[in-house]
Amino acid sequence: MYAVRLWSVRHARLMERLYEALERTLVALDPAFRRIGYERLARPVAAVERTVKGLLFDCKMCGRCVLSSTGMSCPMNCPKNLRNGPCGGVRADGHCEVKPAMKCVWVQAWAGAGRMANGGAILDLQQPVEHSLQGSSAWLRIAREKGAGAAPAAGTTGKPA
Amino acid sequence: MNDGRLVDPGDPLPPLPGHSSRGRLERVLRSGRFAVTAELNPPDSADPRDVYDRALVLSEVCDAINATDASGANTHMSSVGICSLLTRVGYAVIMQISCRDRNRIAIQGDVLGAAAMGVANILCLTGDGVQVGDQPGAKPVFDLDSISLLQTIRTMRDERRFLSGRKITVPPQVFIGAAANPFVPPEDERARHLGKKIAAGAQFIQTQYCFDVPRLRRFMMQARDRGATEKAFILVGVGPLASARAARWMRGNVPGVHVPDAVIDRLEGAANQKREGKQLCIDLIQEIREIEGVAGVHVMAYRQEELVSEIITASGIMRDRQPRLPRRAAKERTAS
Repeated sequence: MYAVRLWSVRHARLMERLYEALERTLVALDPAFRRIGYERLARPVAAVERTVKGLLFDCKMCGRCVLSSTGMSCPMNCPKNLRNGPCGGVRADGHCEVKPAMKCVWVQAWAGAGRMANGGAILDLQQPVEHSLQGSSAWLRIAREKGAGAAPAAGTTGKPA
Repeated sequence: MNDGRLVDPGDPLPPLPGHSSRGRLERVLRSGRFAVTAELNPPDSADPRDVYDRALVLSEVCDAINATDASGANTHMSSVGICSLLTRVGYAVIMQISCRDRNRIAIQGDVLGAAAMGVANILCLTGDGVQVGDQPGAKPVFDLDSISLLQTIRTMRDERRFLSGRKITVPPQVFIGAAANPFVPPEDERARHLGKKIAAGAQFIQTQYCFDVPRLRRFMMQARDRGATEKAFILVGVGPLASARAARWMRGNVPGVHVPDAVIDRLEGAANQKREGKQLCIDLIQEIREIEGVAGVHVMAYRQEELVSEIITASGIMRDRQPRLPRRAAKERTAS
């Protein structure tokens, strides 16, 4: 929801703390997830994630969450799907070139990053979205990639959600 | 290169140490000269003459010609097509690639093809949204964005591989550029965003139209403070406004163009608005040239190409240079 999404960016520092706690929990749960089986968890966890993040961020379930690097403003709401915005078309009032009624997702992102402890992460270069991951759970991916059971050499560019 | 055979004007220049490309633009910039690039308005026709005629009037006053990629989301002859025509007769081109219309598979293929044709410069753009163009029903692709496109081309050139990791046997030796728009929000983050583009591989920058010099000065100061002007060459976008009406239209309809009221007032108050627009452009170039860290100007004269040569000559920025491609020789070359 648009109003909630803007609220989340205004409270980016709080969201950052919540997400850090969530990430620690997910990583700690990795052994349990492995016992249950990541395959079996994929659908129910994705459904929960879609509901929660959909409400807070208008999450589009790109599968590779970068909220913590984008000031808690979901880049997939940008009509150009920029992962390293903003573009040069932002209107003088800070609204979107494509959707004039919407505030630019990336103007929001830079503002949100300014409120976060680790806001400098907005300068990280983001890789293109892997379209094959669309709809899958970024939470499970974090648990699997950062958990104790992960192969040590499994290098990943994934950012915490 | 010159071993007694005829020199083909389409051949790349001999390689130089410390240079990424074998093109003219990078040499001009690295030698410390004030560079001029100009945009060629792409024709709505299949006639190569339309491209050659427009290139001819630009070439005598610029170091490289930008071939736009459906700018404003309007269909025209493609940048690949224009580059193919221009490189075969020896013009220096900057091929623009927009992320709006093609995905990573198509774009990486175009980069190899362009380099094989002799394209030495590529400008990486996100692209205007489809809604501003003549085909608003088109599917916007945006598989990459300008920054991931920069990274992609740098990976292809320096690591000799595609995004997938697959090897490239002969890499594209190109000088990589990006756009910047210091004139729209978030203004005070624009220099940091520029730094991000440079970190992704941008070696030269062409900005959006500048009609607001104080705003540009502030941006350049922020860019200098971050070391950006040491790492990339910044060419500032300029262009003649045909009238106050044209300026208003541009402000309202071209995404990202900021025209201050003072500029419109100046045009409105003039007896001859077209002449005033040209003079304004000359004045802007002279002011911009004095700003520390500006490496050149990029002239975009929408449907007024014939003015570019007059503007550059009148501004005096090329007065220490000999034209490399006199009109007559170029005419003979493109006529053959």
